[in-house]
Amino acid sequence: MAATATSVVVPATIDRKAVFQRYATYAILFGVVVWLGVNLIHAPAQFFSAGAEGLNNGMLYALIALGYTLVYGIIELINFAHGDLFMLGALFSGFLLTTVMGQTTSTLLGWVLLLVTLVATMAFCGGVNVTLEFVAYRRLRRAPKLAPLITAVGMSFILQFIGLKWNGSTPQQWPTILPEGSFGFGGFEVDYSLLAVVAVTVPVLLLLKWVVTSTRQGKAMRAVAQDQDAARLMGVNVNRTISFTFLIGGALAGTAGVMYQQVVGTTAYNLGYQMGLIAFTSAVLGGIGNISGAVLGGLLIGVIQGFNDGLPYGFHQKWSQTVVFTILILLMVFKPEGLLGRPTTEKV
Amino acid sequence: MASKSVSVPHRLRWPLGYTAVAVLVFLAYYYVIPNLGPDAQTFFRNWLPLTSVNEALVWVICALGLNIVVGYAGLLDLGFVAFWAIGGYVAGWLMSGKFYDVNFNFLGGASGPGIHISFWLVLIVGGAFCALWGVIIGAPTLRLKSDYLALVTLGFGEIIPQVFLNGDNIGGFNLTNGAQGITPVDPIAIGSTKLGPFDLVWKYLIFVGIAALVVFITLRLREGRLGRAWLAIREDELAASMMGVPLMRTKLAAYAVGAVAGGLGGVAFATHVNGVLPDRFNFSISITLLAMVVLGGMGNVWGVILGALVLAWINSTGLPQFGTSFNDQFGTNVNFPSYNFLLFGGILVLMMLFRREGILPESRTRLILKEPSRTDMESLHADMEEAAPELDEDLEPVIAADGTGEKA
Repeated sequence: MAATATSVVVPATIDRKAVFQRYATYAILFGVVVWLGVNLIHAPAQFFSAGAEGLNNGMLYALIALGYTLVYGIIELINFAHGDLFMLGALFSGFLLTTVMGQTTSTLLGWVLLLVTLVATMAFCGGVNVTLEFVAYRRLRRAPKLAPLITAVGMSFILQFIGLKWNGSTPQQWPTILPEGSFGFGGFEVDYSLLAVVAVTVPVLLLLKWVVTSTRQGKAMRAVAQDQDAARLMGVNVNRTISFTFLIGGALAGTAGVMYQQVVGTTAYNLGYQMGLIAFTSAVLGGIGNISGAVLGGLLIGVIQGFNDGLPYGFHQKWSQTVVFTILILLMVFKPEGLLGRPTTEKV
Repeated sequence: MASKSVSVPHRLRWPLGYTAVAVLVFLAYYYVIPNLGPDAQTFFRNWLPLTSVNEALVWVICALGLNIVVGYAGLLDLGFVAFWAIGGYVAGWLMSGKFYDVNFNFLGGASGPGIHISFWLVLIVGGAFCALWGVIIGAPTLRLKSDYLALVTLGFGEIIPQVFLNGDNIGGFNLTNGAQGITPVDPIAIGSTKLGPFDLVWKYLIFVGIAALVVFITLRLREGRLGRAWLAIREDELAASMMGVPLMRTKLAAYAVGAVAGGLGGVAFATHVNGVLPDRFNFSISITLLAMVVLGGMGNVWGVILGALVLAWINSTGLPQFGTSFNDQFGTNVNFPSYNFLLFGGILVLMMLFRREGILPESRTRLILKEPSRTDMESLHADMEEAAPELDEDLEPVIAADGTGEKA
């Protein structure tokens, strides 16, 4: 009724900055397409192999990125220690499967024990994450933002110390129980390990989706993410919900840890720092706080990195991090809300 | 604290105290220690060598720079190592035989092919170049919220050392010698005398002088318009901008001034270790600097100096030396230097949990950090509107139509 009385305000001048940004985006996208096209024509087999390799890493990034995004979504904290939690997961997996259970080759028993390791590592990492939250972050929930962030950086160092003592200062090589070799056609080769990663990651992601969207606890998580105080008034146990979120995030990092240890097979105490940063970039790319965004971002970053490292006309591996962080910076500057995220305004 | 009977003007207090301490340390290393007995000399050589004092001073210079960014302006910078690295490479380029096909010598500390410019000029150039990079890094990140800002600076802190590491072939041009780094860097030249590797006492004086310059700049800025604008931004960005503080310019200034200190530290460090090596510039340096600022007390110059001296000493000398003594005493074989991860992480966490304002807090910081961002009463009403933006959209035309804000 009254709504018809308002007139739509037409901007008199065109916002030059927005136009510039749009064309800059088009130019960058066009450049990427040309680059991919040239590579595809020049070396198709390498193109697909690099893509598959990138997809493989991308799923791990997605799993880690989910931990960042869940925690950020609920308490607006960048959990710096998350990457190192992933590193501890990889170490725990190697320790349990190889050292304790002595599985070094691909047998049926090995596969069963791999599942046991997976569950145990998820529980381990979830437990560590919940402990971190309980010991440190919970007390700082109402503190100025700088405080929990610095605490998380400190926690990251403490976890790295544990990793240093556990793994040793030099990288450690683990035997894998996944079958060696690859399959393919026409020079396009895919490792069997990619299948294993898909077989583990996809169900885990579906399970997560189900937990968040269709369970009572998931509903509580969404409520707390939206407004802690209102959720508390509605009878949601906020502390327990936040702990549960950390548990899930940790379990996902644990899954990624097991997969990394089995597929890549090399662990180092500072592994989590690099992987964590790349995974965080993925979370931001997808729109931090957005679950599907984290998965999309992880896959995209993985594939971009795979192409960059593996293609004949790329910057190659020595510039790998620079490429990823340049994406992070460009994104922060031009589209801080990410691909699927919603722009936020500052709360006063 | 000067006693009441000797009246020292307030503005002269810190320069006098600083000079007194610096001169005492200088005299101790120049006259006293060389004349002590052999036991005492061994003790000082093991536990407090002058080279670790000099290195600690470089850390002090950089930590003071980070203090401006984090402590004054409240912008968390996790990539401060980038400025240290840039300063170091400026020294490497302008004070060595790196560019051997260019012959340029201006009051330099060495002769021969390459660019050899006076250390003092390189300090200025390094500081200015870092200020430029501070603006370049700062400019795109200023619109971001604090935690995003931390991540972007971290990204720059990763990219810039990687550029130096891979810089031996940028389009065929060898900029940085790659992993080998640039060695040796020219000695510092004062007139015709050149400071050799054993003239540590004189280097100490120079580094103390640079640190004093940075302290002076920091304290003067703190009192002035810019410093008060930084504090206002740190305490409440929105309120500050409403009061007419230009956010962009003020934040950029914090980045630039902080970067200048980082650059001075980088140039000094290059002459201290007589070279620049890219693998030294890693994330743990940024974190160590942050731990120094947090431990000492964010925003308080003296606290930061104390934190930097203590942590730098522990890192370079204290922990390894304690480990050696401990292992000798108890016949164990514990690798103590590897505990620095635990130490620095633990310091950050424990300080944040129990004493957020640091050892020597600034009175203002203590108030802000003690106070929760919202009280429980406030949070009852807070964010009611934020929670349902779709509701706001529905209400907007109604509010706009009748102007009173009541439902039609």
